[in-house]
Amino acid sequence: MSSDSPLETQIGLWRDYLRHHPAVHSADAEELEDHLRAQIASLAEAGLAEDEAFLVAVKRLGNLDAVSREFAREHSERLWKQLVVAPGSDDEDGPRRSREAWVVVALACLAAISFKVPELFGRHLFAGDPAAQAFYARNASLFVFPFLAGYLLWKRRPGGRALVPIALLFVVGLLFANVYPFANRGHTLGLTASHLPIALWLAVGLAYVGGKWRSRPRRMDLVRFSGELFIYYSLIALGGGVLTAFTLVMFQAIGLDVNWFLSSWVVPCGALGAVVIGAWLVEAKQSVIENMAPVLTRLFTPLFTAVLLAFLATMAWRRTGIAVERDVLIGFDLLLAVVVGLVLYAVSARDPEAPAGAFDALQLVLVLSALVVDAIALAAIAARISAFGFSPNKVAALGENVVLLVNLVGSAWLYLRFLRGRASFAALERWQTAYLPVYFAWAWCVVIAFPPVFGFQ
Amino acid sequence: MEIGKDLVAASATPLVLAILAEEDSYGYAILKRVSELSGGELQWTDGMLYPVLHRLERLGFVEARWGRSETGRRRRYYHLTRRGREQLEAQRQQWRVVDSTLREIWKDTIERTIEGLTLPTAPWGAWSTT
Repeated sequence: MSSDSPLETQIGLWRDYLRHHPAVHSADAEELEDHLRAQIASLAEAGLAEDEAFLVAVKRLGNLDAVSREFAREHSERLWKQLVVAPGSDDEDGPRRSREAWVVVALACLAAISFKVPELFGRHLFAGDPAAQAFYARNASLFVFPFLAGYLLWKRRPGGRALVPIALLFVVGLLFANVYPFANRGHTLGLTASHLPIALWLAVGLAYVGGKWRSRPRRMDLVRFSGELFIYYSLIALGGGVLTAFTLVMFQAIGLDVNWFLSSWVVPCGALGAVVIGAWLVEAKQSVIENMAPVLTRLFTPLFTAVLLAFLATMAWRRTGIAVERDVLIGFDLLLAVVVGLVLYAVSARDPEAPAGAFDALQLVLVLSALVVDAIALAAIAARISAFGFSPNKVAALGENVVLLVNLVGSAWLYLRFLRGRASFAALERWQTAYLPVYFAWAWCVVIAFPPVFGFQ
Repeated sequence: MEIGKDLVAASATPLVLAILAEEDSYGYAILKRVSELSGGELQWTDGMLYPVLHRLERLGFVEARWGRSETGRRRRYYHLTRRGREQLEAQRQQWRVVDSTLREIWKDTIERTIEGLTLPTAPWGAWSTT
C-alpha cells in the first residue's frame, strides 16, 4: 500500500485529528489506528470499496471526542502534559531518544570540562589574576556554544556545506576575542565580552535551522527556540542555586567548607552544561508543552504598557526631563530590547490569519509609548553627548538604540497598517524575521571593529 | 435490539476478561468475538473498548505488550493475568446470582402474564350485566 493512496491520506487526516486530543497518547492513537485498519480490511474483504470501508470503520469507532473523554477519565494525569525525556518501553523511537540523551550528556560534560582546560595552561579564573579574568570574560560563550551547535547539528544532520559557515564563525569569533591586545578591564574588552555571545548565537542559529537560514518559518522557529531556552535555562539556574545552597549548608554542618569546590567547579561547569541540557529539553518539549515565552508576553505586555504610559504622564505632569546619567542610555536600550522582545514573541505565537484584535492594538500602544520615551531620552542624551565624549560604550549603546528603534518604528508602522486593514499580519512577521540578521551584524561589528577603532582602551 | 448503555458498560468487564481467558487477543479481535458470541446483538462503540482495556490494565487484570500483526504493523496484545482470572471468577459468581434472580422473577411474571391472558378481567363483563 503506497503512502499517497487516497485511503492513506484519509487515515492520515484522521490520525492528525486524533492527535489533537491530549488524553490520547501516541501509543493509544497507534492502537486505534491498528483497529481502524483491521476494520477497513475486513469490510473491504466483504466487498466494500476502500473509501466506503473507511467511512464505516470510522463510524463504528465512535465519536472520537467521547472516546478521548473516556481516555481522560481513565488517565486524568494526561491532561497535565508531561515532558517525558526518558524513552518509554512501548515507544517506537525509544532507541534513538536514549541515544540522544547520551549525546546530550556527553556534550554537556565536554562543555563543562572545556571550562577547566585553560587552567592546565595556568589561567586560573579564581586566583585574582586580571589577565585570566579577562580571558574568561572574552571567551565565555566559546566554552559552550560550539557544543550546543554540535548537538543541534547532530540532531538536524544538514549536509557538510552547512557546517562550513558555522565552523568559520566560531573560528573568527575565537580569533577576534583573543588576538586583539585588550587593556585589562577596558571598555572594549567589556564590549567584546557582552557582544560575542550575541554574535556567536548566529552560529548556533545556523546550526538550529540546519542550513535553511533563508527560510522565514525556520527563522521564527529559532526565535521561539531562543526564548524557550532562555526560560528553561532560568529555571535550571534556579534549581541549581537551591542545590548549591543546600550543599554548602549541609557540608558546613559537618564542619567542611566546600565553597571553593562549588564556586570553581560546580557553579561554572553546571552553568555551561545547563545550556546544552536546556536546549535538549526545549527540543524534546516543542510540541508537548505550551511555549512559555508567548504566555509571559501576554502577561507582561499590558503591564509594561501601563508602566510606560504612567511614566510619560508623570513626566508631562511634573514637567521634568530625564536626568541624563552615565548609564541612562544602557537603561533605555534594555527597555527597547524588552519591548522588541515582547513584540517578537507576540508575533511568534500569533496566528497570522486571525483578524486584528484588542491585543494587537495594545501592542501598538506599547510600541508607540516606548518610541516616545526613547525619543525623549535620545534628545536629552544628544544635547549632552559633547560633554560625555564618544567613549566606546556610548557609541555601542547609541548604535544599539538605533538598531532597536528602527525595528520598533517598522513594527509600529506595520501594526498600524494591519489594524487599519491595509496589510496582513504576515508583513509584520516578515519584517521581524528579516530584521534578525541586523542584530547579528551589529554584534559582529562591535566585536570586530570597535576594539581597533577605540585603541583597545 | 438496542441494549442499554449501563448494561453494556457493566457487561464489558466480564466479557473482555472471559474472551482473554480463551487466548491472548487484541482490540479488534475482541470486538469481533463479542459480536460472534452475541450473534451480532451486542454492539459496542468500537473506540470505547480501549479505555476499558486500559482500565483493566491499570487494575492489573490484564497485561499489554506490543507485537506485530500479520501485515507487520505494530499491534497491542492483551494477556489475562492471575488477578484477572480471579476477577473473572468473582464476576462469574456475581452474574450468576443476577441471572438466576432475574430468571426466577421472570418465570413468575411470565406465568402471571399467561394467567392474565387466559383469565381476562374483561371490561365487557360489566357490559353483559346491563
